Amino acid sequence: MYRYDEFDQEFVDQRTAQFADQVRRRLAGELSEDEFKPLRLMNGLYLQLHAYMLRVAIPYGTLNGRQMRKLAHIARTYDRGYGHFTTRQNIQFNWPRLEDTPRILQELAEVEMHAIQTSGNCIRNVTADHFAGAAADEIADPRPYAEILRQWSSIHPEFTFLPRKFKIAITGAPHDRAAVQVHDIGLQLARNDAGEIGFVVFVGGGLGRTPMIGRKVRDFLPEEDLLAYSEAILRVYNRYGRRDNKYKARIKILVHETGLEELKADIEAEFDKIRHGVLRLPEEEVHRIEAYFAPPTLEVLAVTDAAVEARKASDAAFAQFVAHNLNPHRVPGHVSVTISMKPIGGIPGDASDAQMDVIADLAERYGHDEIRISHEQNVILPHVAIRDLPALFDVLVEHKMAEGNAGLITDIIACPGMDYCALATARSIPVAQEISERFGNAERQAEVGELKIKISGCINACGHHHVGHIGILGLEKKGEEFYQITLGGSANEESSIGKIVGRGFSSETVVDAIETLVDTYLGLRTSKEETFLDAYRRIGEEPFKEALYGIG
Amino acid sequence: MKVITGNRLLDGEVVWLGENGSWVELLSQARVLEGSDELAAALEVARQSLADRVMVDVYEIDVTVEDGRVVPVRLREIIRAAGPTVLPHLGKQARTATA
Ligand code: SF4
Repeated sequence: MYRYDEFDQEFVDQRTAQFADQVRRRLAGELSEDEFKPLRLMNGLYLQLHAYMLRVAIPYGTLNGRQMRKLAHIARTYDRGYGHFTTRQNIQFNWPRLEDTPRILQELAEVEMHAIQTSGNCIRNVTADHFAGAAADEIADPRPYAEILRQWSSIHPEFTFLPRKFKIAITGAPHDRAAVQVHDIGLQLARNDAGEIGFVVFVGGGLGRTPMIGRKVRDFLPEEDLLAYSEAILRVYNRYGRRDNKYKARIKILVHETGLEELKADIEAEFDKIRHGVLRLPEEEVHRIEAYFAPPTLEVLAVTDAAVEARKASDAAFAQFVAHNLNPHRVPGHVSVTISMKPIGGIPGDASDAQMDVIADLAERYGHDEIRISHEQNVILPHVAIRDLPALFDVLVEHKMAEGNAGLITDIIACPGMDYCALATARSIPVAQEISERFGNAERQAEVGELKIKISGCINACGHHHVGHIGILGLEKKGEEFYQITLGGSANEESSIGKIVGRGFSSETVVDAIETLVDTYLGLRTSKEETFLDAYRRIGEEPFKEALYGIG
Repeated sequence: MKVITGNRLLDGEVVWLGENGSWVELLSQARVLEGSDELAAALEVARQSLADRVMVDVYEIDVTVEDGRVVPVRLREIIRAAGPTVLPHLGKQARTATA
């Protein structure tokens, strides 16, 4: 994986020292809160409902055992024994003390981590496919490009005060697992007829108050133009993006208001000016960065292992795990393993310090010291030998991380909602927990099959509800929590925004409504192979509406 | 009826304005304010706490009294006063359970 060079390390160290001094000045009264707030936000420190919250960047969701162990240590030493993995592949600590944060950032810097650009109107942590560098269907590992973008966007002087935050996602496989079409810039690696690498480029996707699917602006952007073209997009956005209204400030609104063709022309004109300049990406530089992401040397192994088969036959929970939590690896005899952070009835994305330590151990023992965080709030060990699965599974069982539910109805994305978030209009986690309990039976969820439920506690949509096959948005109505349901959303290569199915539900009735929807689907699907989303796309919303609200 | 609440600067702890300008960690010890004069005076104290760098953020909230207990009107403030509803062993609710 990527290792800091001297510039990276010096920059992070300097930034940590600066922040320590800023905290000191704040506490000494030399800085007011108005002066200090933008500074702390630039370092990922928010004030939430109960306390401060520190958001730590995990660049493109990749980390190693040592880094995970440091996160465990921080949770244990400075927080309350747990952290929360987010839909942006980051981790949040919910209870840090302001006076401890300089020390926390120092500890993070020791393992090449930080909280820079996890907040504010800048280019945020670049997210990527969590199976990057391992997936069988991949064209190339997207992370070297994500890293190149990270270096380019880190304290980029022109783009530190954008009209609004800016998110970039990249996938290296035709099957998009990084939701690139709902990001400000979405990049999908592609190969042209000559076999060269480039990118399909989407601009203006996003969720929140005004959800939009990104528009394609390039079918094939050559690799060498990645930075110049990104810079051109950012310049056009920085120049024309609205600053008068924060709800209209994202690039999606600019695309919408300007029109795609005109904006494309603006981007191309800007690109033309700079394409031959310093931002042209030299092949050697790509290779240099790629070398950091060189895959571990994996021995080609048998794809079936007698012990694994025997265990599957005798242990239903293990069979579930194998059926749902493994992703095909490009090296025979290996898989990428999803460690579910969605125990039945648990809090989506939360991990205790002890669990983080165990994940670090497992990564070192069975996973070539590589860990990923997925935007679906799970943890991935990308390179595991199939024959090691029983031993790995046993440790996961012991630490309550062995749920075989990846991609199923209980693998719910939920934002922190009103249990933590100062902006929330309703809680999300309890709804997720109740759905998880309701469908937690292993046979039942396997029978329902792939179904992505995503829950947000307010219109900001951190829980990606717009792109849930079933989306749930928590709102407040007359002082009570109330939940709006959307159907038919999706965040893969065929992204779509879910449609509101009808009037909302109270916290007492929303889970019954979800069950009604699921039962309706089960009654209407042509076969087990037709997923909820497929069925919805085939038959439309009417039968679901009818089941929820009756006829007329 | 109102109380003044906010977060402490140093550690972010949720607190309420109590008697004699002190900031208390439990809502049950908060001073309940009646009428605009009391509120204005309390807000003045709160603003001074911001200036003195005791507090990071202060605002008033509506409360009612039920069976002698002060209860915030809004769910948000009920959760702030107790802790995450999904982790009963954390936050102030853990303290009040044993107190
Ligand atoms: S969606 Fe709203 S409630 Fe949920 S984390 Fe984002 S801002 Fe907070």
